[in-house]
Amino acid sequence: MGAQVITVTSGKGGVGKTTATANIAAALAQDGAKVVCIDADIGLRNLDVVMGLENRIVYDLVHIVEGSARLRQAMIKDKRLPELYLIPAAQTRDKSAVSPSDMIRICDELRPDFDFVLIDSPAGIERGFRNAIAPANKVVIITNPEVSAVRDADRIIGLVESEQKGPAMLILNRIKPEMIKRGDMLSIDDVLDVLAIDLLGIVPEDEQIVIGSNRGTPVALDEKSRAGQAFRNIAKRLRGENVPFMDLDKQDGFFSRLGKMIRPGG
Amino acid sequence: MNFFSRLAGRQPPSKQVAKDRLKLVLIHDRTDISPAVMEQLKDEIIAVISKHMDIDRDGVKIKISDESATESRLVADIPLLKTPRRRR
Ligand SMILES: Nc1ncnc2c1ncn2[C@@H]1O[C@H](COP(=O)(O)OP(=O)(O)OP(=O)(O)O)[C@@H](O)[C@H]1O
Ligand SMILES: [Mg+2]
Repeated sequence: MGAQVITVTSGKGGVGKTTATANIAAALAQDGAKVVCIDADIGLRNLDVVMGLENRIVYDLVHIVEGSARLRQAMIKDKRLPELYLIPAAQTRDKSAVSPSDMIRICDELRPDFDFVLIDSPAGIERGFRNAIAPANKVVIITNPEVSAVRDADRIIGLVESEQKGPAMLILNRIKPEMIKRGDMLSIDDVLDVLAIDLLGIVPEDEQIVIGSNRGTPVALDEKSRAGQAFRNIAKRLRGENVPFMDLDKQDGFFSRLGKMIRPGG
Repeated sequence: MNFFSRLAGRQPPSKQVAKDRLKLVLIHDRTDISPAVMEQLKDEIIAVISKHMDIDRDGVKIKISDESATESRLVADIPLLKTPRRRR
């Protein structure tokens, strides 16, 4: 049947694309799926450090495109998970070194050997974004509960649709339940109401994410992390499982009813 | 804003402000219609309609409304001038 190619994108920068790509990939691979990630952020490569694989890079995406390395040569095997690979971005080139048709060709070559190809898109709506969505079977849009990030997500939803890649799905990242409760942060329902898009997952703000990127260990592998749990749930949903949305306040007993208020029915 | 916060004279919660601003900005982003184009549209609508009936030009309002995220519509409110009823 071949791999599903899933592109993680956002419009606005810094909302958590790379974090989400690394964590969803790790969660899928831990569940036994064969996964390869492609860092499409040429010139600003980051997925390698978030995954903790920066010391193993010899070849990158641009080498593959230019024919100076074979696909397999540029695929870095994960340290922990035997079925997880990374194709890193070139750091010293720019987005124009790769074209949408290069991306399609590379993904077509990967499809028979994997269950999932995850593409970490750069921010923006230019060449890098076009490269990243060209081969996608499914587009996942990340946003934060803030006006500018949601606005950019809306723009991306429109672009994804006009490229015949829709309907996209949404991950709402960096949720702070206390702020929502106070009325100082857009709730999950507020964002869905404005964007009219299917929800793939909600990820709380979590210090463990920073600690995880410090160490190069995705939090999805940490059983205790809340954000890790959120990414594991997202991975299950991508595999077709029906997983209820998590109660973001389970741990703080005092606020435990809030999760239900944020999103009735979980 | 609930009763008590209004009593205390507090502002509406910032998330409500965020949501309202977001909705407004998205209307323009999505339709790609600038306020200037809206003005022009209004003038043209007034010109066309007043060929056929007497309208209150100053009272004409047009806007894009967003009842839901997937559907928006152009709404024109065009008050008619009261004219004496004509006999047939
Ligand atoms: N749920 C979270 N809780 C806490 N910190 C987070 C969370 N998600 C992301 N971050 C932090 O936000 C920062 C930006 O995340 P990330 O690099 O994944 O964003 P990005 O969308 O890939 O950025 P860019 O557009 O530059 O590629 C990082 O420092 C990351 O650790
Ligand atoms: Mg990134």
